[in-house]
Amino acid sequence: MQDEPTPTELIKAVADFLRNEITPAITGHNAFKLRVGINALDLVTRQLALSEAGDAAEAARLKQLLGMEGSLIELNRALADKITKGELDLQTPGLTEHLWQTTMDKLAVDQPNYASYKRELGRK
Amino acid sequence: MIEPQLARCVASFHPGATGVAGAARLSGGASQETWTFDILHPGGTIGAILRRAPPGYGASPGRAAGLDAEATLMQLAHDAGLPSPRVMHVLKPADELGTGFIMTRVDGETIARKILRDEQFARARPILARQLGKIAAGIHGLPASKLPKLRQMTATKEIGDLEREFRSFNWPRPVFELALRWLRDHDPGPSNEVTLVHGDFRHGNLIIGPDGVRAVLDWELAHLGDPMEDLGWICVNSWRFGEIDKPVGGFGSREELFAGYEEAGRRLDPDRVKFWEVMGTLRWGVMCCGMMQRFRTGPDHSMERAMIGRRSSETEIDLLRILSPRGR
Repeated sequence: MQDEPTPTELIKAVADFLRNEITPAITGHNAFKLRVGINALDLVTRQLALSEAGDAAEAARLKQLLGMEGSLIELNRALADKITKGELDLQTPGLTEHLWQTTMDKLAVDQPNYASYKRELGRK
Repeated sequence: MIEPQLARCVASFHPGATGVAGAARLSGGASQETWTFDILHPGGTIGAILRRAPPGYGASPGRAAGLDAEATLMQLAHDAGLPSPRVMHVLKPADELGTGFIMTRVDGETIARKILRDEQFARARPILARQLGKIAAGIHGLPASKLPKLRQMTATKEIGDLEREFRSFNWPRPVFELALRWLRDHDPGPSNEVTLVHGDFRHGNLIIGPDGVRAVLDWELAHLGDPMEDLGWICVNSWRFGEIDKPVGGFGSREELFAGYEEAGRRLDPDRVKFWEVMGTLRWGVMCCGMMQRFRTGPDHSMERAMIGRRSSETEIDLLRILSPRGR
């Protein structure tokens, strides 16, 4: 077992330092790069917080939809393959809901400020 | 320094020019550069832009029209009265500047967030969609006989290219598969009308002033094909920058875009426009994945490229919003 602090706490501390102390001191193209860097750290923090539950729920849905076992990537490959072949489509019960939920979970980590995501969060 | 070569070059095509000043690199990758500079002349300073592949970077990548073709198209657009820089000079080997061309610099803004939010563009925003419809019509009406040699594309070919590129990443994306399937099922077939297509008609390639559109730039992806492609591409949600209820670039409606297009005497096919909007959304998603691949394998190991890989999910939600909307 690794000791405390957790990866999330470490990354947050670094991101907050960059955001609060370094950002005011940097200008020009490096200020843009710094912002991208801070965004990357924030993304990792969100992924660490959210992905375990999201991945587990996604795997459970996939097993149900496909009637098979496998790792998350194997299940996703199988789903992609069935959509390509036309064996599953938007008329398949549960597929639309699965794709929506999976995509919403991705956006919650990748780009929670994306306007389409914020709109759909309010829709449910 | 690039200024001595530029000064020599400018003297060869602009009699009386006494030199150049303020040369600065604007953007671009290793193989394609954009420079801004001033041409000094007793009659007045002229703002200019150099677009070039430096010496040693001759060949253009697969989909690119090539810099000579870009120069020809820009000049054709300018001569047809479309908002465009004027091409002042096409580089020759003796210029020792590589391949490319020099054009007049058009003042204005290309950054979408400023165009969509700054007060100085408040009066331009409501007229842009209609203007762009008219401009697209003008581009599609440029005489075929005067066009340079360009690749010819069809919807079917475009789907195939996109699918090949997506498969090369070897990463499962069920939403992209769904979109590919939709595109194959809705392939409208060859267009009755084949015209010049700008190929990248969107924010970033449009110079906007407080008075409206001032110039169309970047003909790198120009080709022959279905004119509806340009209208679909400019409606892709990725170019709305948060203003998602204004499909045309975050500033206007499809109806305005279409009205401007039809007023210029051209026929419109809204189903084809929608097809190309879906295609464009998927294309941008695949491009985001491609940039991530280049971050992994290529020389450009930058955070920016890595993070763009995490923007492809934006196109997944946009594809679902078009193909499988909920709650409405």
